[in-house]
Amino acid sequence: MSKDAILSLSNVTHDFGGRRVITGRSPTIRAVEDVSFDVRKGDILGIVGESGSGKTTLAKIMLGLLPPTQGEVLLDGTPIIEMSRKRIAERIQFIFQDPYSSLNPRQSVGQIVGYPLYLRGQENAAERDRKARELLDIVGLSSRFFDAYPSQMSGGQRQRVAIARALITRPDLLICDEPTSALDVSVQSQVLNLLLELREEFGLTYVMVSHNMAVIQHMTTRVAVMFLGRIVEMDTSEKVFGTPQHPYTRLLLNSTLSVNQGAGVPDLNVDAEARHAMRDHPSYVSQRV
Amino acid sequence: MLLNVQNLNVMIPTQGGPLHAVQDVSFSVSKGETLCIVGESGCGKSVTALSLLGLLPKSAKRSASRMTFDGQDMITMSDKQIRALRGNRLSMIFQEPMTALNPLHTLGRQLTDVYMAHRRGNREAARQRAVYLLERVGIAKAAERLGQYPHELSGGLRQRVVIAMALMCEPELIVADEPTTALDVTIQAELLRLLAELQKSMGLGMIMITHDLGLVSRIADRVVVMYAGQVIENALAKELFENPKHPYTRALLGSVPDPSHPRMQPLPSIPGTVPSLVQKMEGCHFRDRCAFASEECRVPIPLVGVGAEHVARCIKTGAQAPNARSTAP
Amino acid sequence: MTDIVASTPPAQDRAARRMRRPRWMGHAGLIIGLAILLTCLLMALFAPLVAPHDPYAQDLLSRFAPPVWHEGGSWNHVLGADHLGRDYLSRLLYGAQISLIIGIGTAIVSGIIGTTIGIAAGYFGGKVDSIAMFFITARLAMPVILIALAVVALFGSSLTVVMLTLGLLLWDRFALVTRASTIQLRSQEFVTAAQIQGASTLQIVRHEILPNLLNNLLIVATLEMAQAIVLEAALSFLGLGVPAPLPSWGLMISEGKASILFEPWLITIPGIALFLLVLGTNLLGDGLRDITTPQGRN
Repeated sequence: MSKDAILSLSNVTHDFGGRRVITGRSPTIRAVEDVSFDVRKGDILGIVGESGSGKTTLAKIMLGLLPPTQGEVLLDGTPIIEMSRKRIAERIQFIFQDPYSSLNPRQSVGQIVGYPLYLRGQENAAERDRKARELLDIVGLSSRFFDAYPSQMSGGQRQRVAIARALITRPDLLICDEPTSALDVSVQSQVLNLLLELREEFGLTYVMVSHNMAVIQHMTTRVAVMFLGRIVEMDTSEKVFGTPQHPYTRLLLNSTLSVNQGAGVPDLNVDAEARHAMRDHPSYVSQRV
Repeated sequence: MLLNVQNLNVMIPTQGGPLHAVQDVSFSVSKGETLCIVGESGCGKSVTALSLLGLLPKSAKRSASRMTFDGQDMITMSDKQIRALRGNRLSMIFQEPMTALNPLHTLGRQLTDVYMAHRRGNREAARQRAVYLLERVGIAKAAERLGQYPHELSGGLRQRVVIAMALMCEPELIVADEPTTALDVTIQAELLRLLAELQKSMGLGMIMITHDLGLVSRIADRVVVMYAGQVIENALAKELFENPKHPYTRALLGSVPDPSHPRMQPLPSIPGTVPSLVQKMEGCHFRDRCAFASEECRVPIPLVGVGAEHVARCIKTGAQAPNARSTAP
Repeated sequence: MTDIVASTPPAQDRAARRMRRPRWMGHAGLIIGLAILLTCLLMALFAPLVAPHDPYAQDLLSRFAPPVWHEGGSWNHVLGADHLGRDYLSRLLYGAQISLIIGIGTAIVSGIIGTTIGIAAGYFGGKVDSIAMFFITARLAMPVILIALAVVALFGSSLTVVMLTLGLLLWDRFALVTRASTIQLRSQEFVTAAQIQGASTLQIVRHEILPNLLNNLLIVATLEMAQAIVLEAALSFLGLGVPAPLPSWGLMISEGKASILFEPWLITIPGIALFLLVLGTNLLGDGLRDITTPQGRN
């Protein structure tokens, strides 16, 4: 584990299933297999993969929401499973994909943003409200929205509320699970720009989980490519996108449809056999930057 | 011309008042042509597609000055005539394959039913066509698959079955509403390639509804850009991507993350949000978010020719430098 | 970035329009139900002020006095008098108190029991859910009237006993509805978000689950209330509800049944009152359900 690591994963494996049922044990599904890396201060670490690659499970493990079946996650050198949720929340926060489901429809924006402070119970209501307004201002929402309810807001505005809620405890690490994939293109760039701005302002570290290669390429310093639970390639963004090594990384890059009029849809030419071969292909993980 | 739509309007009554979802939309599709209707959520692209298929909610009001399919007038068609057309000469593919497939019936039953409903052929002929099409859409062991149920297939395979189903009656026009958005990127690329290939080899007309400009750039022959219920630009694909005229089209193109942007630097973005369509807006619908807007934009703006087969709903197209990829931040 | 807040979001326009013309205004059933229930509530609250007579005062000279619209009726006893000469209007007004106390009381008791069981089952799932479902099934297998009769026969009849018995018997619908909604709410990301912040289970239930159940609870409460009112009347009619001489509507019907042929108003008047109150409560419940169900996008 390097010195400036906030979060450190070593040999993390997670299996689903395997519970005792009447006929013995249910089959286990290995969602994450032997994943090790550090999240260092100032990183924007991208985790990219398709559905079923285990990227969301990995995000939950990094957040301490799911205990790994094997291996260990250290937050500032302490095993995360031994820490209380409130302690973790002061260091790591989470942005959900769907801003329609992640905000309680019965709470006003002010209540939602101030809720993490309320749970800590250190400030009085007036102080909480003041901080919530300050955060709303930082994410670009006027205090007019303080008493609004989520149903009165657009997707982009809701995602800003979610970001404000995540930042109010002044965490160091923000894990974003597909933060813009539920948003329109024009709004997506607003939110991505905001995340970049906030990183400068608060000295934040990000982990961005996404299936969108273009977003990951634009936003990250380091990238981990996940395929069927394993990290098949991990390196700096320049290297992964510039000289991809693993055949699966190349496949992902080829299948990305960037704006390129007249180029047509690429012929990927992968069958089940080729995919199987990719699974057995050795991985390219560089821990150094 | 296979499909010709002129001045299509759709109004949907809501609690808050009438929602003018589609306003004066005109376009046409020829045989063998792929038309992409592109826009953000709430721009009216899906409602436009549904109104072509006669699938609007009952409360919705549709009007058009002209709407013909292969010369037949669709405005005066009865429900029965529309049904006879739908699934037969006019097919559709939706975003979520499970909405098109009945979970209680086998694939074989569903594929042959479509054929029998419109062709009155025998079931054996229908079965043969089903097997042939499943093979065409890249499903191995097609004959065995006929006995399977939709839940036994992965999302990508299901959407292939839906495509096969849409092709059962040799349609002339396919309307596809975000057919690949729910799928993984690699599967999306495979399916799009397949769809484009089938469309060209069978000489079909296709209307592809999407928000994905990357996808549009890869398959479109002609592009209609919609914003807040209106067509704001309509051009051949090459022309549109090389020479976008409407500030919205330019801004939208500029805000797509792309390797050409400097990494980790702010992307050009469009401030604000899409306006509500509940009140009828006077003037340009984009003016609140437009960097070039002025007082002159408050009057209704017509679509004007700005090039060969290229129209845009903007009075400022001349004022801008061509090829500008972003608006002022 | 400031432009974002300068332009009014479309959803807000819609919300603003809804505020101008509230949704319940267009719902006839809801308004009628609300009107009936409010009338009953006012009757019950102001019975001591409005009632022309003491509901318990017997006046043998006025025995079987017919209501004012009948031949021989007088304005002294607007709705007539019963077999003991007690003023029927006064008894009806005081009877509204009993029906509403039973209805609301039962709804509260059964609501607390059912909601607790339902939320626990839905939130924890697994074994807790299995046990809760066993209790719900067991409860559904019980014949309500028979059990209530047995309990009242054992413990004697009083308002409290009837209310508690009905409360203990009518919680199943609350439990089933809250269980289903909690299962659905639990998978929502705002619940996970609260967990991430370190909210305790109790805090999550209080802040995230309960407020989102409120609409459903209110709807079930009105239905249970109507059922409890009918059941109380039935028990009283069978002589095992609230004890005489309390002016329960069910008891009034029961006492009037002897003279059904000659003084039919003794049955029809409390019968109509009962019918209207239950109808009103159910209309209110249906109306609440209609206006709180989110409408489809189209």
